[in-house]
Amino acid sequence: MRINLLLAAIIAFVVLAAGSVILPDWAMFLFAMALAKGLVCLGIVGMMRGGVVSFGQGLYYCLGAYTATLVANTFGVSDIFLLTLLSSAVCLLVGMAFGPLLSSYRGIFFAMLSLALSMVLYGSLSKMSFIGGTDGLNIAAPTFLGWAPEGRALQMALYIYVVAIVVIAGVLMRIYFDSERGLLTLATRDNELRVEYLGASVRNVMTYNYVFGAVLGGIGGTIAALALGHVDPEFAFWTTSGEFVFVAILAGSLSVPSVFVAAIILELVRSFSNLYFPNTWQLALGLFLLAVIIVLPKGLGSLVSRRKGNPA
Amino acid sequence: MDLAATILVDGLIYAGWLFIVSVGLTLVFGVLNILNIAHGSLYAIGAYASASMVGAYFALGGEAFPYGSYVAMILAAVLVALVVGPLLERGLLRFFYGRDEVLNVLVTYAVFLILEDLMKLIWGVNPYFVYEPYTLLGDVEIGPLFYVGYDFAVIAAAIIVGLAVWLTLNRTRVGKVVLAVIHDSEMSQTMGVNVQRIYLGAFMAGTFLAALGGALTAPMISVTPGLGVNVIIVAFAVVIIGGLGSVPGAAIGALMVGISRAASVHLMPEAELFIIYFVMAIVLLFRPEGLFAKTQARKI
Repeated sequence: MRINLLLAAIIAFVVLAAGSVILPDWAMFLFAMALAKGLVCLGIVGMMRGGVVSFGQGLYYCLGAYTATLVANTFGVSDIFLLTLLSSAVCLLVGMAFGPLLSSYRGIFFAMLSLALSMVLYGSLSKMSFIGGTDGLNIAAPTFLGWAPEGRALQMALYIYVVAIVVIAGVLMRIYFDSERGLLTLATRDNELRVEYLGASVRNVMTYNYVFGAVLGGIGGTIAALALGHVDPEFAFWTTSGEFVFVAILAGSLSVPSVFVAAIILELVRSFSNLYFPNTWQLALGLFLLAVIIVLPKGLGSLVSRRKGNPA
Repeated sequence: MDLAATILVDGLIYAGWLFIVSVGLTLVFGVLNILNIAHGSLYAIGAYASASMVGAYFALGGEAFPYGSYVAMILAAVLVALVVGPLLERGLLRFFYGRDEVLNVLVTYAVFLILEDLMKLIWGVNPYFVYEPYTLLGDVEIGPLFYVGYDFAVIAAAIIVGLAVWLTLNRTRVGKVVLAVIHDSEMSQTMGVNVQRIYLGAFMAGTFLAALGGALTAPMISVTPGLGVNVIIVAFAVVIIGGLGSVPGAAIGALMVGISRAASVHLMPEAELFIIYFVMAIVLLFRPEGLFAKTQARKI
């Protein structure tokens, strides 16, 4: 089992990393962004397995991005490993503060409370003119343990970095999903009270899922900020979070790789509809989302049809 | 003293507006169990329709009787309810009744995205201005302060809307039937209630209220694309605070949000944008299902 997982991880890494040679610049940027956002969505999928959907994952995406940017601009830190570590630590702390609180909310209330928290961040950042207000901030290109590549080399390095993180995070989440707590998450979705009566703590399970989501969101935000070179409060706006949920729904909660495939599909649909129907790309996206919900209910995993037998 | 009065009046004006835009949302959720993100788009469509109708009214020589523009605004909202309401409910939403609440949020999110672009296709991206109805009612002097009369008309409209919805639900036969459907739609159906028609009616009423909110707002602002994005989130906050599906809850939620926003504008302008969500988060922390929500037994 574990050998298979390791093998799958190595293959995934090799295939994705090969993209750094094959892909043209625009596609490499697009894939890097998609994979970074996929990390955030992986966190949502982790919560979705327990039957709750966070409509405010932009909170951690934005928090991670701003932490990295502020640290980089204030202390002159440009090392990507350090930045990722710092912002995931910040998101871990914030997630641990809100996690226990949110863990007793379900359904629409979990969605709305998480949304409210992300909008509080959005509102505060928009009004803080000393860190750019609604214009946001710029962040310099990252260095890799002292190596400071430029141009295509920078893009390649960043891309391979994202791929490595994605593969590691994917493997870790897979192991977590198959662990005792991960399986309890599935049981919670089916029947919360039963899990409680069997002696497990549902709140504990939900808190863990939330905190993992927070850290993944922070890492995704950091990478997105470094790839874009810019952050602004829109990172925490509800439409950003809505896209993450969209990807999570498209992916369903049955497999980890599908999350990243879904993220890449969304980015492709968005860029191509942007190119071919510049004024109606939201329309295209909306139709696509509806089509997914209606035609691909299996992608919806936990929400529509509860799959029998094979646990996710 | 003056400051407190100012905050109160500003807060009431904002609360009146909030109530109109959110009561339809809570009504639709109460009956259909769908938290409708597209409510924000319906609001925006109402604003565009109202701007077009009022514009047309004055272009056709409405100057002779400018008060007729108010009729044009309400007609615009009715028109939106008659056209867009059935289209969405019969064409799409009815296939999702009884499905997961969060899934339905996504369905309406898709509708929201689609409508945002459709509006750009229909009305273009240039702003519309119809200021005439706004200035028509003159100014009101309260102590040392001047307010635009139209703002108070919005409060009056909110009270009328609130009373109408409440009386319809609680004092008429149709209202009783709607309450029965909310309580148990299957049982109502066996008793001979046409549940589908109640759903359609409730959704059209919700659409009308959203469009009315937009129609009444159109003269106060420039009607531009992206109008609905912020409205929907504020309306969410109001109905969540009050408890989903509760009309009195929406009124209390609107008052709380309205007054706290007015207070923050005057006392702490930096907090203006997040105070709404802050209030919502605080309320949810202490009352996880909102102030007026009924508690439900958990099923084993």
